[in-house]
Amino acid sequence: MARNHITTTINGDEYEFLCDTEQTLLDCLRDELFLTGTKEGCASGDCGACNVMLDGQLVCSCLVLGVEADGKSMETIEGMAHGEELHPLQQKFLELNGLQCGICTPGILIAAKALLERDPDPTETEIRYWLAGNLCRCTGYDKVVRSVQAAAEEMRKG
Amino acid sequence: MDDLRYEAPGTLEAAVALLAGEEGDARVLAGGTDVLVLLHADMIEPDLLVDIKNIPELTGITQENGGWRVGAATICMDIADHEEFSAAWPGIIDSVKLIGSVQVKGRASIGGNLANASPGADTVPAIMAAGATASIFGPQGQREVPVEDIAIGPGETSLAKGEIIVSFFFPQRPAHSGGAYLRFTPRTEMDIAVVGVGIDLTLDDRGTCLAARVALGAVAARALMVDEAAAVLVGTPIDDAALANLAAAASAACRPIDDKRGTKEFRIKVAGVLARRTALIALGRAKQS
Ligand code: FES
Ligand code: FES
Repeated sequence: MARNHITTTINGDEYEFLCDTEQTLLDCLRDELFLTGTKEGCASGDCGACNVMLDGQLVCSCLVLGVEADGKSMETIEGMAHGEELHPLQQKFLELNGLQCGICTPGILIAAKALLERDPDPTETEIRYWLAGNLCRCTGYDKVVRSVQAAAEEMRKG
Repeated sequence: MDDLRYEAPGTLEAAVALLAGEEGDARVLAGGTDVLVLLHADMIEPDLLVDIKNIPELTGITQENGGWRVGAATICMDIADHEEFSAAWPGIIDSVKLIGSVQVKGRASIGGNLANASPGADTVPAIMAAGATASIFGPQGQREVPVEDIAIGPGETSLAKGEIIVSFFFPQRPAHSGGAYLRFTPRTEMDIAVVGVGIDLTLDDRGTCLAARVALGAVAARALMVDEAAAVLVGTPIDDAALANLAAAASAACRPIDDKRGTKEFRIKVAGVLARRTALIALGRAKQS
């Protein structure tokens, strides 16, 4: 059976790839396009490590098929920094130790960016609820939340 | 498994033709939050996935005859973010907000939640209590069905081969109407209901209950409409006596199983407690509307 031919936009660039129908978008990003910044934690929608923006919506790429990306537009962690210049969220996670092993970090950064685009000044409770779908086995979450708060403040200053 | 095919038709007719014409196992793909997990766990081996998200009737929230029509594949995030619909049907929003994480709500839909037919599905008691009807399209054309007639057992629905849930209709409500949904879970977030209760009420000008609908989730093989529990509220001001009768009727209707999330006895008890709490929230909302 012929593989599916997919054309999609990732971080503003057009990409083409071939995939089997059952391959997830996560597997396509990592194994077909070698965009390995997006991580796999659980492959069942529970941990958020695989988060990407798909047509403006925060999703788990392990719960999307690669074929569903045809004609769509995506943002992944690879598009977050501009060259050498880190996004304020990335900068604050580094400064405030918002990560340890880093497996959860790309997903948390993508999810946190989506939150701050919706609400530039979320409360701590709102941040914790928004990130409830992003599991981290290292940090205990507190430094993650502090990093998001600090980045939000920085971004509000413009 | 190697020849799993994928189609994303743009019309209802094309989708139904694909589903009805498939000789093997054909599955509807909406948000995929259940289907893709089952697929990758090898619990299902479909031959064809029909992605229905490109069909215009399946998504969107619009006013219709004073009520609201919600496309069956409309994502939960869009439902929760819709201010007017949220104001009209807060009980639906209670249930939609409890579905998984933000990421899962960015894909999951009420139609998928109902069609997946899990007894613990959060939105199902809420839409049953709301008195919603489902618009179904299939090889024989269109039919309108009360939502409580769709799920018939765990993973089983009354939909015929080739039929798709297209949209839900929430009828116009009288003044002084309100609804609520509550569930009990061991964790506060990201968990599956041990008991879920949806209640909708309509009051008269003096606060007497004119009409009530009570639905219970996760306490039987399918979500239950509990008419006996609704009947004890009607004609009362929903005072302590009525709430005690409601709790007793809700507990009496349960036919639960023991599982890792809760025993039978626990579910029966919690159903009564939650029914009372849900009714009080619905009452407060009805008085304000
Ligand atoms: S890998 Fe997708 S949610 Fe865990
Ligand atoms: S930093 Fe290790 S899982 Fe979050």
